[in-house]
Amino acid sequence: MTRKQKRLAVIAGLGLAIVLAATIIFTALSSKITFFYSPSELKENPVAIGQDFRIGGLVKEDSWVKDGKINTFVVTDGESDTKVVYQQILPDLFREGQGVIAEGALTQEGYFAATNVLAKHDENYLPKEVVATLKERGEWEPETKEENGEGSAN
Amino acid sequence: MYIEIGHFALILAFGISIAQAVLGLTFWRSGGHIAGYVKQAAILQFVLVAISFGVLIIAFTTSDFSLSLAAQHSHSLQPMIYKISSVWGNHEGSILLWVLILVLFGAAVAVFGRNIPNDLRTLVLSVQGVLSASFIGFSIFTSNAFTRLDPAPFEGRDLNPILQDVGLAIHPPLLYIGYVGFSVCFSFAIAALISGRIDAAWARWVRPWTVASWTFLTLGIAMGSYWAYYELGWGGWWFWDPVENASFMPWLAGTALMHSAIVMEKRSALKIWTIFLAIMTFSLSLLGAFLVRSGILTSVHAFASDPERGLVLLALLGVFIGGAFILFAMRASSLRAGGLFAPISREGALVLNNLFLASATAAVLIGTLYPLVLDALTGARISVGAPFFDLTFSILMIPLLIILPFGPFLSWKRADLIAITQRLAGAAALTILATIVVFILRGATISLAPIGFLLGFWVSFGAIADLVYRAKIGRSPFIKSIRKLFSLPKSIWATALAHFGMGICVLGIVSVSVGESENITTLKLGQSAELAGYSIEFVKAEELPGPNYKIAHFEFVVSDKKGNERLAVSEKRIYVASSMPTTEAGILTYGGLSQLYIAVGDADKDGNQVVRIWHKPYILLIWYGTIFMALAGFLSLSDRKLRIGAPKKAKTKNILKSKGAT
Repeated sequence: MTRKQKRLAVIAGLGLAIVLAATIIFTALSSKITFFYSPSELKENPVAIGQDFRIGGLVKEDSWVKDGKINTFVVTDGESDTKVVYQQILPDLFREGQGVIAEGALTQEGYFAATNVLAKHDENYLPKEVVATLKERGEWEPETKEENGEGSAN
Repeated sequence: MYIEIGHFALILAFGISIAQAVLGLTFWRSGGHIAGYVKQAAILQFVLVAISFGVLIIAFTTSDFSLSLAAQHSHSLQPMIYKISSVWGNHEGSILLWVLILVLFGAAVAVFGRNIPNDLRTLVLSVQGVLSASFIGFSIFTSNAFTRLDPAPFEGRDLNPILQDVGLAIHPPLLYIGYVGFSVCFSFAIAALISGRIDAAWARWVRPWTVASWTFLTLGIAMGSYWAYYELGWGGWWFWDPVENASFMPWLAGTALMHSAIVMEKRSALKIWTIFLAIMTFSLSLLGAFLVRSGILTSVHAFASDPERGLVLLALLGVFIGGAFILFAMRASSLRAGGLFAPISREGALVLNNLFLASATAAVLIGTLYPLVLDALTGARISVGAPFFDLTFSILMIPLLIILPFGPFLSWKRADLIAITQRLAGAAALTILATIVVFILRGATISLAPIGFLLGFWVSFGAIADLVYRAKIGRSPFIKSIRKLFSLPKSIWATALAHFGMGICVLGIVSVSVGESENITTLKLGQSAELAGYSIEFVKAEELPGPNYKIAHFEFVVSDKKGNERLAVSEKRIYVASSMPTTEAGILTYGGLSQLYIAVGDADKDGNQVVRIWHKPYILLIWYGTIFMALAGFLSLSDRKLRIGAPKKAKTKNILKSKGAT
């Protein structure tokens, strides 16, 4: 092989590797992403049973029931509700009336079986997906916002 | 009054950094006076910023709540270490810490860069000046840490309880030293592009800074990961959270840079690529700072979601990255390609290393930014989580880890793969044997795990094989080869140690991923749970007082297979000032490497305590591996050859050129 051919071979090899890497990344991206829905969006566009997605909103007041390790609560966006069952330890800052995101899938029985529940890390945290949803639904209370604003200067 | 002195010192530093940048960039060719001035400016700037940072530390440690920042983030009952770490446990303070480390590196270049020619050093320090002027400006104009309160409140509002932890007290400084250290590589790259001086000597000057930054970034990431593991109570050690990715991307790019700089130093090749990586690595650090600090991501790191700050950071990011790449595009074509090499050679292996590391960086970058971009463009809200990263990342790492042990054996320019394979035969045999042993002990199951174990053992044994080969162990008298082993250059030891650490880390990751088990259950006092051969008895629950929190204290007696009993303590802490709870998991280490992890949840009305227990086989290997890597970094830095780095012009260039065409 001449020097030029050698160089071409190397460049072709590197190019091939890059194309392969890109293919892997984009194939994975199209199959491994999780969508986020609010309870209302879920009602409007039902998701297949067993399909992973994330649901977010506020934990409805007086809806949290603990039975041993089984936690049942309702996620609401003011219009629609979704029942969530989570068989693990909830995060420290999980509270009724506060923002939450649950990851999991719908079951035959019609509730959302969560594999992971994300609550906030601190007092001022409201997941931004939840904020956006609440704003869309007109459920965003300015007082809450102010409280948050003050908190985040914190 | 002293607080205003701190504020004033910072403003002075701002002025000096602007002068340093403007004078340096305008008159870098004139040498002498300007070089001296720029050098002194860099040192003075550090002194001033250190004063202003010191002022914050004094205010926090003396609980001076007339400083608004201290009132909002500290508390008089906090232990001293958290009073200090509260300084950077908030947006304003963390930006000032960033600035402090930035100017520290500037001063370090000024002090230790005596061997660097005047013009190049002046340029490097000027670019550092541009960076520090921007970040000091950002601190003064958008994130002022010195605002006063009048009247001063009686008590502070406490640091976010989850951050009140020793791990988190030292995680940010370590991580920042890593992040910001890459600014020196960036400045060197820009200086090289402006001056047109890009040769092997350049790589020699840049390498110590790269190695130092990489070492601290490694420690910082490992510390953050260990903190998340024991403090969040979720039992996981890596979540592919965007914030973790933000620190991981510069690490991947920095690892690539560290390797490509070797090729540039030794063989004058990969120049353009190395410059590109130097710019890219710091750009990813800046991107990380933007993602974390702008509030665009919701996480424990996003202290404040102030859109104005986010926009300013985005503008800075755009200017630096955009400017650097425009300069790169203008100048790169004028660079001459360096020495040629055959595909099978040390250079060839390092190119592959860079190829896979760069692809992995790209995978993480795309996965992290895609949801943000999609949200901005279409409003669709998606998340890209662990499944994406696990898949793409592991596919890209497998070939990298397979070729890794070959690298140090390959000679420059062209190498004999068959001879090297023979030298690695021992390591390969041990690898297969060790994997079989692991599977006999674990009980064989059909999974991808064997590939993981094979890779981990292969990389670890391969690293040892390199030392064994170079010390001629088994091929010369034993005493002689041992003596030889310890007289090997530090760079050889550092390479072997870092690669060995990588292998160990892989083994830990694989072992936990395939071998961990968990048991979530409810226990009443006196009841027991079983997991992985351990029996866990719930023996005590009580309320205790803490310094600035109340404790719900739980004790468990854990008996292992042999019947040895040990006590595990899990706690839930309720912080007084914020009434926020945190979880302190009870963690017992077995055999020095495996852990039993007990986290408690809430009790229901009948007194059933929810308990989550994990068995994490060999999990500590993950962090021991990173410690080996960091030790390798320090070892490499202690190498006199690297440190002194006397500039040698590549005189041999012509000879190499004629020989290089093979």
